[in-house]
Amino acid sequence: MTSADVLLQATPAPPAVLIQIATSIVIFAVVMIIVPLLTVFERKLLGRFQSRYGPNRVGPFGLMQPLADVGKLVFKEHSTPSTGVGWLMTIAPMIAVIAAIGTIAVIPFGPVGAWGDFGLYGIDVSIGLLYFFAFGSFAFYALLLGGWASGSKYSFLGAMRSAAQLISYEVAIGLSLLGVVMTAGSMSLVDIVEAQSGTWFGGGGWFIGPQIVGFLIFLIAGFAETARAPFDLPEADAEIVAGYNTEFGGMRFGSYFLAEYIEVLVISIIAVTIFFGGWHGPGPEWLAPIWVLVKAFFFVFLFVWVRATLPRLRYDQLMSFGWKILLPLATLNVMVTAVLVVLT
Amino acid sequence: MLQAYLPVLVFVALGVAIASLFASVNRLLGPRRPNKVKQEPYECGLPSDVTKSFRFGLSFYMIAMLFILFDIEVVFLYPVAVQLEAFGVFALVETAVFVALLMLGFVFVWRRGALEWK
Repeated sequence: MTSADVLLQATPAPPAVLIQIATSIVIFAVVMIIVPLLTVFERKLLGRFQSRYGPNRVGPFGLMQPLADVGKLVFKEHSTPSTGVGWLMTIAPMIAVIAAIGTIAVIPFGPVGAWGDFGLYGIDVSIGLLYFFAFGSFAFYALLLGGWASGSKYSFLGAMRSAAQLISYEVAIGLSLLGVVMTAGSMSLVDIVEAQSGTWFGGGGWFIGPQIVGFLIFLIAGFAETARAPFDLPEADAEIVAGYNTEFGGMRFGSYFLAEYIEVLVISIIAVTIFFGGWHGPGPEWLAPIWVLVKAFFFVFLFVWVRATLPRLRYDQLMSFGWKILLPLATLNVMVTAVLVVLT
Repeated sequence: MLQAYLPVLVFVALGVAIASLFASVNRLLGPRRPNKVKQEPYECGLPSDVTKSFRFGLSFYMIAMLFILFDIEVVFLYPVAVQLEAFGVFALVETAVFVALLMLGFVFVWRRGALEWK
């Protein structure tokens, strides 16, 4: 018996609570490392789409660019317009960050047994999807309060736009996932991933096949919920300066920026979890989180690709698209899925 | 049971920590040279004429009311969706009636022009 074995025997296994907390902190740290890299990735990719290099001066391949950006933002003046409501302008960006970070808790990166006898997720609860919607909806308050409290007409226009846009597409995004919940018979994201093991011919498989309509609605509404192009009307810079963001500078702007990119990552991973088999993939089981991130990476790429390709919608087009096309289509998808689930 | 939700507190606490750091760092590190023009709300080319707070337009209230209606539909459908296979045809008929009634209202709202953006 070596000294290491003695040490292992002497140390009792840490209680489950501590493991949960440690896993949460590690997941948080990993996401916080990935998100700044996403911003470089997007800017470099946009550069390539427009036949230029994108950031390539700070650090190797421009990878240190986010650090330089933060360094600049940190030393900006804290300025509030005289017509603004100071304390609301302070807490609105905070709500954005807290809401975005809160949604990370529910994302499953791997099953119990992938890296040990604990699951690679913050929480696995039976209301997983509702938790995701609930925390995601907090972002609405951040945009609305921030834009209204700024006391600037451009901010207010941005706040009004984001308020109506976010609640309109909230309905479509909620309906789009109902089909999957019916098929899997659970709202827990871990259960939904487990239901996608196996093949399509053996009564399992990725939900992208049977739920293609739901997936497309989820993707479109997801773009609208994160206020990304072509649905970036709340901050349409050609029309209303920077929308709800106009009066924010320094790291308060940085908060909105961080929250937006966390949301992009979260929507990508949720799409992977629900429609593309989550952690399932070839190779040994410990690759689970790698598979989640690799698949999510393609959706992040899609976000950038769409931003580089599509022009912005007009506001009345945006509203009528959400209400007159996505909502009836999502309802139809729900009913057809319900009939199929019950009758087969 | 509630212990399963403990990591949520961890994430929210980390979020609050980061958010408060971001919200206060400019006050601590940034310069402080306010002047009258800098404190004005942004305007392009004209003197800024903002004097009081803003009010929302009526069409936004219409959207908000519709949102409450249809979001409740979604929230009601989720528990049914989880148990759909267990309850079978009974749940299916119930859901169909529920959705049909809502769609009736939806068609009414559409015909009355509430979905037209003005």
